Amino acid sequence: MTPIVSISNLSKTYASGFQALKGVSLDIEEGEILALLGPNGAGKTTLISIVCGIVNATSGKVTVGGNDVVRDFRQTRAMIGLVPQELTTDAFETVWNTVSFSRGLHGKKPDPAHIEKVLKDLSLWNKKDNTLRELSGGMKRRVLIAKALSHEPRVLFLDEPTAGVDVSLRKSMWDVVQRLRASGVTIILTTHYIEEAEEIADRIAVINGGEILLVEEKDALMTKLGRKQLRVDLAHPLERLPQSLASYNLTLDEDGQCLIYDYDTSAERTGITALLAALAEAGIRLRDISTRQSSLEDIFVEIVEAGR
Amino acid sequence: MNIEAIKSIYFFEMARTRRTLLQSVVSPVISTSLYFIVFGAAIGGRIQEIEGVSYGAFITPGLMMLTLLTQCIGNGSFGIYFPKFTGTIYEVLSSPISMIEIVLGYVGAAATKGLMIGTIILITASLFVDLSIAHPFAMLFFFVLTAITFSLFGFIIGIWAKDFEQLNLIPMLVIPPLVFLGGSFYSIDMLPPFWQAVSHFNPVLYLISGFRWSFFEISDVDPLASAAIMLVFLALCMSVLTWIFRTGYRLRN
Repeated sequence: MTPIVSISNLSKTYASGFQALKGVSLDIEEGEILALLGPNGAGKTTLISIVCGIVNATSGKVTVGGNDVVRDFRQTRAMIGLVPQELTTDAFETVWNTVSFSRGLHGKKPDPAHIEKVLKDLSLWNKKDNTLRELSGGMKRRVLIAKALSHEPRVLFLDEPTAGVDVSLRKSMWDVVQRLRASGVTIILTTHYIEEAEEIADRIAVINGGEILLVEEKDALMTKLGRKQLRVDLAHPLERLPQSLASYNLTLDEDGQCLIYDYDTSAERTGITALLAALAEAGIRLRDISTRQSSLEDIFVEIVEAGR
Repeated sequence: MNIEAIKSIYFFEMARTRRTLLQSVVSPVISTSLYFIVFGAAIGGRIQEIEGVSYGAFITPGLMMLTLLTQCIGNGSFGIYFPKFTGTIYEVLSSPISMIEIVLGYVGAAATKGLMIGTIILITASLFVDLSIAHPFAMLFFFVLTAITFSLFGFIIGIWAKDFEQLNLIPMLVIPPLVFLGGSFYSIDMLPPFWQAVSHFNPVLYLISGFRWSFFEISDVDPLASAAIMLVFLALCMSVLTWIFRTGYRLRN
């Protein structure tokens, strides 16, 4: 399948000399949700801005739906909806007007029924005649999403869409995202809430210092890089690790109450059975056992730290 | 051609005029009326006719140009500067719309506003003085050409400006002296020869002179020279804009 967005060898150096992107290549498949993760200043927004036509690339090529974003900008931009990171709104406009304006800008004829549906989906219908300055931050964020959806895009970029949005609103926003995905819209999102990416994304791309460090199916990534930890609570505290257990990768916590065993879920043998047998043999009585899987956040921090 | 987008920008801009009716329409009418009271009635009563035209009528084309220039530059620059300032420009830049279409929307709206206000001033003036227009087509030509050219000029200023100070620099500091010294309120024949010569370097002189010629058939310079200077300035603005679009100057960098 040809990717709906294809980025190849994309570089951007700003007039100040700052190199925001260093030869980035990335393919995004139609219908997927790709989470683009990276610390502040990693190049996420610059990358999105070039695909959407807001920033000129220094070199490299981007196609959307097989069309070049510079040469065939009419086709590519008509396909794209963008929700920017900053809450930029026309303070004096009404919600209805600003969303209708966005539709017109994308060359679509007025369609009040569609605008009504978008506003209702985002719980903005009862605010349609309010001016934007009267709205709260979360409401403004939803207006930006409504603007991006006003022209029925096939590819939606969400740049930090849930920054400063309360929990219930965030949940309803992700419901909208899921519905969009179900209707075949491709979604690229950047977020600082990594647990959100973990919950919602199909694939994860990690960018730092203007370079893509990793692109992977989320599940594969979790398995491949996901380390598990077995915690064994002891009935009686130990002063130090018995000699017979020295061959295991074990650590004893400070008060001697708990043994921590790190293992790799993808390894052929996790060594758990042998460890438990060895514990029994050493006469150590167990009170409880629990395991903990590393989260995407741990993985993310690990990758970014390793890249430094 | 993305007609829907041009319409959207145009009507969006025109809607702002409706919201700011006092500032956009009422204020120029009041200031023009004040000019007529001060220059036309108070001072003009003591000034003889200039080349057979009453002083009040003589200053009308200059006053229209003064307002037209400041309004077109103001609207043209603000229209594109404001989205840059608030950040909403992202949406225009990420839309399937060419730079020419962006210009048609913004500059079209700015020129329309300028023409509307110019017309209102003409109507206001006709309440104070007897006016006749000798060459209506020439008058329309100068009127529309000036509106378009200076709205384009304003648009360039709006793209160039990095803050409100720069935005207001040219409309507030450069245009008024050029208009006042360009023969709005006098014929340059009244000046000493040295200043007459200096005045010929003022592009606004040509504008006002040509415009006044279309009303009263009197002019400081040849009306054809006026038209030529205007067209050259229009071509210059369009060249600068073409360069801006090619390079993405202060928009896509």
